[in-house]
Amino acid sequence: MNIEKKKKSWESYQKEIADNHYYFARSCIRQNFFPASEDFFLKVLKDILKKDIYDDPLQTTCTGIAYHSGIIPFETTMVVVARQFALMNEAGYENFVCSCVTSFGIYSEILETWKHFPEKELKTRELLKKATGKEFRIPKNLVHTSDVIYKFRKEIASLSKFRLINKETRQPLKIVDHIGCHYAKIFPEKGIGGAEYPYVLAGLIDEWGGAQVDYPERRHCCGFGFRQYLVQANRGYSLSNSKRKFDSMEPYKPDAIIANCPGCSFFLDRWQYVISEIDGKTYGGNQYGIPVLTYEELTGLILGYNPWDLGMQIHQVAVEPFLDKLGINYCREDKYKGLNGENIGKPISPPNIKIY
Amino acid sequence: MDELFKKLSEDIRFQEGLSACINCGTCTAICPAAQFYNYDPRIIADTLQHHDEQELDALLKSDQIWMCGECLSCKTRCPRNNVPGYLIQALRALSIETGLFVNSEKGRQQLAIKRTVGEHILAYGYCVHIDEIDTVMYPEQGPVWDWMRKNRVQVLNRLGAKYNQSTAGTLRKIPEESLNDLKKIFEVTGANERFNQIEEYSEKKAADLGIQFDSGKDNDYFRYVYSNEKNNI
Repeated sequence: MNIEKKKKSWESYQKEIADNHYYFARSCIRQNFFPASEDFFLKVLKDILKKDIYDDPLQTTCTGIAYHSGIIPFETTMVVVARQFALMNEAGYENFVCSCVTSFGIYSEILETWKHFPEKELKTRELLKKATGKEFRIPKNLVHTSDVIYKFRKEIASLSKFRLINKETRQPLKIVDHIGCHYAKIFPEKGIGGAEYPYVLAGLIDEWGGAQVDYPERRHCCGFGFRQYLVQANRGYSLSNSKRKFDSMEPYKPDAIIANCPGCSFFLDRWQYVISEIDGKTYGGNQYGIPVLTYEELTGLILGYNPWDLGMQIHQVAVEPFLDKLGINYCREDKYKGLNGENIGKPISPPNIKIY
Repeated sequence: MDELFKKLSEDIRFQEGLSACINCGTCTAICPAAQFYNYDPRIIADTLQHHDEQELDALLKSDQIWMCGECLSCKTRCPRNNVPGYLIQALRALSIETGLFVNSEKGRQQLAIKRTVGEHILAYGYCVHIDEIDTVMYPEQGPVWDWMRKNRVQVLNRLGAKYNQSTAGTLRKIPEESLNDLKKIFEVTGANERFNQIEEYSEKKAADLGIQFDSGKDNDYFRYVYSNEKNNI
């Protein structure tokens, strides 16, 4: 399909994204493995775009990973989600924005289920009341955090200090976009661009000066597979699916990968390290991997923030080759420093992939 | 109607997941699990539309129903709006309820997930938590994770997180009132009952197999279900 036809396809899947006043729902995986990304998202919304967004200490996991692993019933997840909606109501908000793609899928699926099975919504209300005394109203607007960055991509571009351009060659940097399966594969109409041509990250690449990489396995799952990763015996599934993607994108020589899903960002980073350990293979050239960034990390870089304040030192695949191509001035020696420059040592360097 | 099919038919995931499969194989072509396992979602859907109690019994005892990764790519692509991934959810729930999950190696793994993700939710309010993730159980985390975990207070402070603090923010301590709400929700919605089913059937299976069983992760049965690689990729 040519680019013009793709643009038409993308345009056919647009969605309403509230302009302000959001209730923020956090991601379990991102808080652990990308602990700076959510706070940077809040910084962009509050400090840069001057929006109102509420970070509620009372929220919990949505239980999505447990549900998709088969250890808890759907009813449990529905009531936990209803509790999150009740918290949103109590805080005075009606626009729900969640940071996790699994959660986004869960919330979307539950709202859709209640349309088709209204008795399930009634039962959920009854059980929530019984368990917590709470009542809830359905959100007016439900979106993923990457939707919000997409919505404000032009405003962010207008404030940017860097474009996605190779400093040396002046050519656009080649960026792979990886979209979490549950962003649009369950309900294509709920994702920008739908499931086949999702534009939520591609739109950032286009707006910020980079070049999309259209490789054969672009839409393939990263391989998380919930129970396929959670149980050590099954991890070959997860690794093999990620490897399928790396092998497919390698000939296009991408400069970086960006992902909108917590698990995908994590697995596309960590499995490159594992492949280097197993096969001695690296995908980025010169014994580096392909850097994997969250969309907030990419946002932070083009806005000129210090990569080590964005949390990019805790990736297993080094980001320095990408920073150098962007022309970002950063301090290598500060990468592994603690608060206020405290010396806390640095990670052991693996034998086959450079991490610094 | 036969007993197993009667129960399966009550599950909304079964009701939504199967209308009439035309055996085109689109789901199998797109399925990440089918590319690496001896797994075929088309056959799952087709088997279920036979309405054969014996075939269903065999599925519930099989490794097959545990091979799906629930990416739900099949939902996007099926031309008849079947969802093999939803059928798998209904089959897994029934396999646990009937205790048949312990007949398969992959089914028995549910104990490991219950004792990690399941127990993390009730203890921390998170599905995963840095205090529980080490490179012994998760070696792919790599040396960066070892460094971060060892220095987590300093690193997380530098990154602005609120690790274990009673406030809003990244990795904050989830308040007791929220954890209590989760516990009560688990009780009234059947999650505790499912946890108990997983534990009780697993304990019986461990006795049948002559493998030492105890609570937590430091016992032979946990290690057996968590890392046994006999029937894997």
